[in-house]
Amino acid sequence: MSANFTPNEMMTVAAARALRNDDVCFVGIGAPSAACNLARQTHAPDIVLIYESGTLETRPNVLPLSIGDGELCETALTTVSVPEMFRYWLQGGRITTGFLGGAQIDRFANLNTTVVGPYEKPSVRLPGGGGAPEIATSCGQIFITMAHTKRAFVEKIDFFTSLGHGQGGDSRKKLGVTTKGPTKVITELCVMEPDETSKELTVVSLHPGVTKEQVTAATGWQIKFAPGVGETPPPTDTELKVLRDLHARTKAAHGGNA
Amino acid sequence: MAAFLSLAEAIEANVRDGDAVAMEGFTHLIPFAAGHEVIRQRRKRLSLIRMTPDLIYDQLIGMGCAERLTFSWGGNPGVGSLHRFRDAYQNGWPNRIEIVEHSHAAMANAYDAAAAGLPFAVFRGYRGAELPRVNPSIKEVTCPYTGEKLATVPAVKLDVAIIHAQKADRKGNVLLEGIVGVQKEAVLAAKRSVVTVEEIVDELNPPSPNSVVLPGWTVGAIAVVPGGAHPSYTHGYYKRDNAFYKAWDEIAHERDSFSAWMDENVLRKGPEVFAAHAKKAA
Repeated sequence: MSANFTPNEMMTVAAARALRNDDVCFVGIGAPSAACNLARQTHAPDIVLIYESGTLETRPNVLPLSIGDGELCETALTTVSVPEMFRYWLQGGRITTGFLGGAQIDRFANLNTTVVGPYEKPSVRLPGGGGAPEIATSCGQIFITMAHTKRAFVEKIDFFTSLGHGQGGDSRKKLGVTTKGPTKVITELCVMEPDETSKELTVVSLHPGVTKEQVTAATGWQIKFAPGVGETPPPTDTELKVLRDLHARTKAAHGGNA
Repeated sequence: MAAFLSLAEAIEANVRDGDAVAMEGFTHLIPFAAGHEVIRQRRKRLSLIRMTPDLIYDQLIGMGCAERLTFSWGGNPGVGSLHRFRDAYQNGWPNRIEIVEHSHAAMANAYDAAAAGLPFAVFRGYRGAELPRVNPSIKEVTCPYTGEKLATVPAVKLDVAIIHAQKADRKGNVLLEGIVGVQKEAVLAAKRSVVTVEEIVDELNPPSPNSVVLPGWTVGAIAVVPGGAHPSYTHGYYKRDNAFYKAWDEIAHERDSFSAWMDENVLRKGPEVFAAHAKKAA
C-alpha cells in the first residue's frame, strides 16, 4: 500500500481495475489509454485493446500521443481500415467496453464534446464528436473518465454529443438502443454508477481522503450518494510502479515533454 | 493512368479554386507537403473534407484557402485545439468558414458509399445525439426488412483526393501500409487524385498479398516527396514528430506568430525541405 499518489493516478488505477481480462476495449487517448494499458500490464494480460485508427489487439510499450501513433500499429495483431473499424468491429457489436470523456457531463451521463454555448455561435468550439456518438451506443458498456469540476459536471449540457442515459429511466430503450450505456463514471474524487431504476449518477465510492462535501462542491447538481458509500482502495505499490514506468517511457518517447 | 509530375505541377493540374478536396490520413501518412503546395499556389474557397482535420487543415484555413470544413473531429490530437480553425469559425479571421459536422462512423460510411458509387450511406448511428438537429444532411430511413430506424448521410462527393503513401512503382501502382485510414476510399470517391510518395521503385514487392494497393489506373498524379508526411509519419520510413505537434499549439495560438511561421516555412520554401525529415529519422 502506498500513501503517496496523485488524484489523477487514483483515477487511472480505479478505471484500470474496472476492466476484466476478457474485455474487448475501444480505447481513447489520455486517461483511458493509461487505464487500459495499466490493466493489461497488471491483472488483465489478455485484454483486447482496439484504437479507432484501425489497430486490433495492440500492445503498446508507451502511451500514444495520438490515436494513430506508429507504436499502436507496430504492436497490433492486425490493422484494418477506418471504415471497417466502424462498420464491422464497432457497429458489429464486438466491443464489450468503450471509454469516453468530455467537456461536460450531466446527471444521466450524457456527454458534450462539441461546443460550449449555442451550436451556431459557441463561446468555445470543442473538437467534436469523433467516434463518440456511435461508441456510446454500440459498445456493450461505457466507462467515463473525467476531471471532476463544477464546469464539467453541469446541470444541463450545452450539446448532446453522445447519449448516456438520456432523460433517465428507460430512455435508451425508447431510442432503440440495446446496450447498457455508461455503467461507471470515474473521476479523481470518486466513482459513480447510475441508479438501477432512475439511471441518475450516484457516488458509490470516495477515493482516499476525499469527503462528500468535496464531491458535492465539485458537482453542478445535487449529487446523490449510495447508502453506505465506500472508500476506493488506494493504489497498490505494483499499480503505481507499472503506471509510473509507463508514463516515464512515454515521456522519453515523445520528445521529453509528454 | 497515373502521371508522374512534380508536386507543383500535380497540384496545379488537379486542384482548382472552389473544389471539394479531401487530404486524408488518420494520424499516419498525412499529406503535409501537398497541403503546403496548395497554400503556395493560393487556392481559394476550397471545401475541405476530412475525418480528423489537424495541423495541415489549420494551416490551410489560417491562410484563407477554405470556405467550408466537413469533419468529425477537429483538434490537435493529444494536444488541444486548432487555434486557426477556431479563429476562422468564431471570429472570421482571415475569413469566415462554414462547418458541416458528422461523427467518425458517418464520415467513414460516407467515404465507403462514395467509393462504391452509392448516393448515400446507411448505418446504425446518431441515436440520442444532437448533431442531426444542426446538420440537415443527416436523415433517417426505415429498414424495409426489419423496420429498424437507421441513420443516413450523403456520400462524400470529391473533386480531388490528396494522399501520401509509402511508394509507387513505375506503372503508377501505389502501396500503403500501416494505419491506412480512409485513403483508399477517398481516392476512389474522387474525380481526380494526387498521391505523394516517399519513393518510386521498380516493383512494389508487397510484403503481404493483403497490402493496400491502388492500381495505377485509379490514380491521377504521382509526385515523389521524401518526408512528405512530416510532422505526421510514414510507417517504415520515419516516425511521428510528436514534439512538433506540441510546438504547433504555441505557433498557431496568435495570428502574428502563425503568419510569420507560414511565411518562413511554407511560402518561402518548396517541397524539398521535407527530405530533411525523411533522412533525419531513417
